[in-house]
This record gives sequence, structure tokens and C-alpha cells, in this order.
Amino acid sequence: MSFLQFSNLTKTYPGVKALSGISFDVRKGAVHGLMGENGAGKSTLIRILSGDQHANEGEIRIDGDVQAYGSSRDAFEHGVIVIHQELQLVPELTVAENLYLGRFPARAGVVASAKMFADVTEKLKIAGIDIDPRRKVKTLSIGERQMVEIAKAVMLDARVIALDEPTSSLSSRESEILFTLIDRLRAEGKVILYVSHRLDEVFRLCDSLTVLRDGKLAAHHETLQGVTRDQIVAEMVGREINDIWGWRGREAGAVRLKVENVSGERLPEPASFDVRAGEIVGFFGLIGAGRSELMRLVFGADPQFSGVTSIDGVQVKAGSPRQAIRSGIVLCSEDRKHDGILQGRSIEENINVSSRRHYSPFGLLDRKREVEVAETFIKRLKVRTPSRKQDIVNLSGGNQQKVILGRWLAEQGVKILIVDEPTRGIDVGAKSEIYEILYELAESGMGIVVVSSELPEVMGICDRILVMCAGKIAAGLNRAQFEENAILAAALPDVKQPTEIAY
Amino acid sequence: MTNQLKKILLGDQGIVLIFIVAFTIVALLVPNFLTERNMLGLLQSVVTVGIVACTMMFCLAARDFDLSVGSTAAFTGMVAVMASNTTGSILVGIGAALLCGAFVGFVNGFVIAKFRINALITTLATMQIVRGLALISSDGRAIGINDPGFYQLALSKLFGIPTPVWILAGLFVIFGFVLNRTVFGKNTLAIGGNPEASRLAGANVDKTRIWIFALQGVVCAVAGILLASRITSGQPNAAVGLELSVISACVLGGVSLAGGRATMAGVIVGVMIMGIAENVMNLMNIPAFYQYIVRGLILLLAVMLDNLRSSAFIRR
Ligand SMILES: Nc1ncnc2c1ncn2[C@@H]1O[C@H](COP(=O)(O)OP(=O)(O)OP(=O)(O)O)[C@@H](O)[C@H]1O
Ligand SMILES: [Mg+2]
Repeated sequence: MSFLQFSNLTKTYPGVKALSGISFDVRKGAVHGLMGENGAGKSTLIRILSGDQHANEGEIRIDGDVQAYGSSRDAFEHGVIVIHQELQLVPELTVAENLYLGRFPARAGVVASAKMFADVTEKLKIAGIDIDPRRKVKTLSIGERQMVEIAKAVMLDARVIALDEPTSSLSSRESEILFTLIDRLRAEGKVILYVSHRLDEVFRLCDSLTVLRDGKLAAHHETLQGVTRDQIVAEMVGREINDIWGWRGREAGAVRLKVENVSGERLPEPASFDVRAGEIVGFFGLIGAGRSELMRLVFGADPQFSGVTSIDGVQVKAGSPRQAIRSGIVLCSEDRKHDGILQGRSIEENINVSSRRHYSPFGLLDRKREVEVAETFIKRLKVRTPSRKQDIVNLSGGNQQKVILGRWLAEQGVKILIVDEPTRGIDVGAKSEIYEILYELAESGMGIVVVSSELPEVMGICDRILVMCAGKIAAGLNRAQFEENAILAAALPDVKQPTEIAY
Repeated sequence: MTNQLKKILLGDQGIVLIFIVAFTIVALLVPNFLTERNMLGLLQSVVTVGIVACTMMFCLAARDFDLSVGSTAAFTGMVAVMASNTTGSILVGIGAALLCGAFVGFVNGFVIAKFRINALITTLATMQIVRGLALISSDGRAIGINDPGFYQLALSKLFGIPTPVWILAGLFVIFGFVLNRTVFGKNTLAIGGNPEASRLAGANVDKTRIWIFALQGVVCAVAGILLASRITSGQPNAAVGLELSVISACVLGGVSLAGGRATMAGVIVGVMIMGIAENVMNLMNIPAFYQYIVRGLILLLAVMLDNLRSSAFIRR
């Protein structure tokens, strides 16, 4: 029995047909996957479902009734809850306040705080989410924020729950908590729409699947039995991809980056590691293990309490991203919304913002060159956009990520490239292109650090993996020693036997 | 259809279109508007606001704010008159005024960038301090210009067009170039778009902000000197409320108060709209008291436009 029906949904933006004539059904008590390349229209579909955007044509029915919401709040009241790709929490409020936003328990206008906190504590416990409801959201990591969003959906009694790339910033353990939650919601007979770029998850969770390509319906599977990964990839990308990692061996050269006893406010324990020329080093760990913090310290984004960073034997001035970039270190940060995109500026400007100093004599822009650089990376990274002049906020999440990555790939004279969750929210086809670029850069002698919470990715593309756990580097493994269980064990704080520490 | 119209009006060139339409209507309906004499008068009346708007645009584009421009213009005008009176050299007077302007701007920028104090508060403070300096240095009185050569700054003409209008046009060109064609301009917009991301992208955020305010000070001095020349004296109470007209003009011209969006063409049009509104009210003999109301309404309209624009442009 189909419970949620989309028929002939069509949506156009200036210069872009985001959705054209999409029709499919989802039955009750099912988790329905939604896959497709970046910019295929997944988020647009979900935004229409949530009443946040309006379709130009077509309709959505829930339990037979046509849905016509004026706003997200409207949808909310009809039991449709959407967790968007870009999180929607208020940083200055506490977790509990965020969960109750818009419907605070109050008496005569005075918020009943004690009741609210008690309530939330209990509900988080039931959901298996371990976060103090009194913490302000701004102190939470991205992963923790994601859990709070999900808690919101669980707390409200929804009929339809849509999740747009919910695990893109969760580590495997946190994802597992989420999956358990989703399983429970499915058993309760909810309809769940699940957008993801990760095939593992889709096979683990989904009962049925729709694949979008360029805003059109590319495939619909009533069941995933007998469907192969390669088949889905081909449906998404329109061609076959055999080995998305495509790893190839390289000779590592002399030590390029040497980090000694670096510590800072959020990383009290001093950490040391080095990276050789032509080497790709992966940093794996749970969320909150301190990987991003360590990278921010190395890059100078946060002030260092102690430690020395040097490149090719030359010490880098601490605490200044500007100096770090000039010494040859660049960091592509994990939090694209906060640390990456220049809102209101075009793709072209977002790409050129850092590298242009190499081709702007006397501070004057070389506009031809800027266009060239922008076009090169738009093409190379397959950014889906009608024009390089498009405002970056109008791009789909994955395409924004590609633009930010393009910014750092355009930088010249880079000796050490640090990428923090580089492929977060990026589709399979573009991923393998990004890996290829990383290999080429490594072959040219650059040292590369990849921070990732996706174990298959770190194992797939890195020459060496350093595992971080609770603010410390807990283990180091060479490619020959890569083994899933060993890496996971090292990442977990409780069960710890640091066997070979080779960094 | 209405959607189409909305898109054009809220788009980058929307304000230019509004301007052209408004100008045509006014030219057809208001007698004596489209005469050479009135046009020159109109241009001269927007010189002060227009000059200061050039750098205010940078300030707003970088998500900052400057309330001290009116005081700075009065103070630097005063300095120019007093310095040229005592030394007998107009050039020294101009130099002293420019230096003082740069200094005030630098202090603003330094405090805002280095001590991370909100720009609104900082410039609210300097606005009063600088006004105080203007009053103290003149003992609260207007100071007349001794050298008639000083009047010529505002009175002289080149090809029939007053010098201040040339200066205004020159500054429009220069700052338009700086905004669109230099790293400084692009960094300004980047900082306004996302300050943290700009810092991590290697832009020198503090330095850029200090420069913007220092330039703002210099430009205020230019406006202040021309103003003193036009009113033939240094007036400690000159240019009261200038900051509001300038900010209104910028916002009307599509400069986003949330930072990151600004065009020189828009600002020019914003300045002209403000000027025309005033000019037309004068031509139609509307009493000055009512003009306050109209100016307030224009500001409100400008902010509402800004709001509509940003909600149309920010994705969610
Ligand atoms: N406000 C907007 N203005 C212009 N174009 C837009 C707007 N919103 C979305 N688009 C375009 O619509 C298309 C579909 O975007 P959507 O966000 O649905 O993609 P997606 O499948 O969710 O991609 P991703 O995997 O990267 O999240 C994209 O090409 C995007 O650039
Ligand atoms: Mg999306």
C-alpha cells in the first residue's frame, strides 16, 4: 500500500531544471533511499516535501491526501519532519532549547526550564544519544549537532521523516546509533526517506530505492534484493565505475611536514607526527577524537599552546593561517558552511580567493586568468551549475564542497595539503575524480593529509593511517598492515591495546 | 509575470531600472527639473553624500558600519580652515585635514579590528569624540576662511562643471575600480561574505578592515574640505546626520547590510535617488519639516528592499 506518493513533481530554478516530472511511491513502514549525483535534485525534492519550496508542477500525497503546505511549520503539523542537509540549529541556545524551539513548555510565558531539561534528558537517553541537554549547541561538534537534529525528529510524533545526508558528518559508531533509531521508527510504521551518497548505508537500511539523475528519475527499485552496487552506481553516474579508490603505489620521499608536540585549548595532550613527500596519510578516529583540532593547530587556525611545525626543515610561524599558506600548508576545513563558503559571492570568486595573490600583480586582478582558473576546476570537479557567476549559496551541498576543494587545489606552491572530510556529501563519480587528483598531487611530491570518518575511504586511498582516540594519536599503520578491526579497535576509547605505534 | 518583475527589481541591476523610471517620471512631471541649472545644482548637492558613500560602501560590504563620518567631515573641514588661516597656505590646510581624517579612520579601524569591538559602538563613540574635538578647536564658533583662494575649491569650474562634481566623479571611478578589479576590493567582499572563511583562506582580515576605515577617514576629509569651501567657513556643527544619509544611499543602492554585496553603480544610483528626492521637494516648495519624513520613509524603503533581496538570495 503506497502511503507517500510523488507524482509528476517539477521544479525549475533560473537556468536549472532541478526536478522534471518525478513520480514514485513509498509504502508504509519502509525506509526509502534516494540517491543521485550532486545536484541531481534530492534536496530539492525533500525541500518541496517539507513545504519550504514549492513545486512548479505535480503533487505530493500522504495517505491519499494531497499536501499543500505554505511553510515548514505547516508540514510539521501534518506530521512531516525533515532534517536538512545544512543543519538548522541555533548556536547560542542549549540542546534542550533547540529541541523545544517554537513550542517551549511554558506557564504564563515563563519557560519551565527544569521540566524541559528533565524531559530532554530522558528522551535523549531513550534514543541512545549521549549529549548533555544543557550544553550550548555552538560547543557541539558537527556530529553531535546532527544527533540533536535527529533527536528532534524522534521526539515529535511524525508520520513521514526525511533525512538529507544525515550521516555525512557522523562516524561509524554514531551512524550505527542512528540506524538503530531508524529501524525502530520503521517498525513503528513510519515512512522514512533517506538521502545518502553511501551505498553501504543504503544496503544496510533501505527497503526500496529511487535514483535521480539530472533531475529525472533514473531508476526505481521496489526492493533491493538482487540489486548490485555496480548497478546503482551505473544508474547514478550513467557509466560504470570499477574501482572508485584506484589507489596506486608511490615512493615516499624525505620528511616534508614535521609536527612536534603541538597542543592547544581543545587538544591538551601534545601530538607529533610527520608526513613525507609524496605520501598520503589518513587520520581516522571517532568524532571528537581531535583530528580536526590537530589540523587546525598545525595550520594556525587556532592558537597553539605548545609545539613546533616545520616544512622541509623550516619552522612555520604559529597561529596564522596566512603565514601557513605562504609557507606551503593549506587546510580545507571540514565545516564548509562556517569556514568555507563566501556567502553571496560567485563560484569564480570562491575559487580564486586564496590563489589570486599569485597572479594579481600590484594587487590588480587578472580577470582572464581568474575565469580560466574557475572554469578549470568547475570542469575538473564536475560542478553542476549554469555558470561560474552563480552565487555559491545556490549550489547543491556537494557542489559547494567541490568549489571549496577547488579553491585549495588552485593554490600554488603547496607543499602540504590537508583535507578534512574532503568528500563529505560528494557523489561516487566525483569522489573518484578527487582521489585521482590527490594521487597526482602526491606524485608531484606534495605531502597529503586526509582526515576522514569513512573507514573504507581512508583504507582505500591512504598509504599510512594514523588513528586518533580521545585527543591522542593512538596507532599508526602502514598500508600492508591495514585491517578494519585493528583500526576500529584503536579508535575506540575503551578497548585499547596500542600494539604498533609507528608514526 | 509578477515573479519575473520581482526578479528584475531585486536583481543586481534592479535599482538602476527603478532610478531610470523615477528620473523619467520626475523629468516629465516636475517643472524646471530638467534644466541645466537645476541639474548642476542637483549634482552639487549630492557631492558630500556621494563622496563619503564611496568608502561607506566598502565599510558595509565588509560587514562593518561607520557612524563617525559626519563628525569627521566637520572636524577635518575645521582643521583645513584653521591650518590654512594660520599658515597662509591652502595646501598645508588640505594636507592637515587629510592627515587628521586618516588618523580618525585609522583609530576606528584599529580599535574595531584589533580589539574586536563592535563597529557600531566604536564609531558611535568616535562620532561624539570627534564632534567634541571640532567644537573645542573652534570654541564652538564658525571660523571664516581668510584666503579667498579657498573658496575656489568649490566655486571653480572645469568645462562648465563645478570642480567638486569632477572630484566626485573621479572618486566614483577610482573606488569602482578598487572594488571590482583589485585584491583589496575582492577581499573586502569576501570578508563581508564570511569573515572566518576569509581568514582561513589567507586574507589579511584585520589589515583590510583597518585600511577601509583609514580610507573612509581620508575621504571624509575630502568631503569636509569641499563643504567648508562651499559654506566659506569651518563649522563645528556641519554635516550633522551625514552618516544616515550616506548609509541610506548605500543601502538603497543595493549594498547589503549583512555584508558581501555591493556595486559601485548601485551606490551611485542610491546617491542620486536621495539627491533627486530632496531636489524635487525643494522645487515643489515642500517645507523642510516634511522632508525629514520623506527621508525617513526612503530609508525604511531601502532597508525593506535589502531585506527582500537577501531573503530572495539566501537559499534557505
Ligand atoms: N535556490 C536555487 N537557485 C538556483 N539553483 C538552485 C537553487 N537550489 C538548488 N538549485 C539547483 O538545483 C539543482 C538540484 O539541487 P539539489 O540541492 O536538489 O541537489 P542534490 O541532489 O541534493 O545534490 P547534493 O548531493 O550535492 O546535495 C542543482 O543544480 C542546484 O544548483
Ligand atoms: Mg543535497
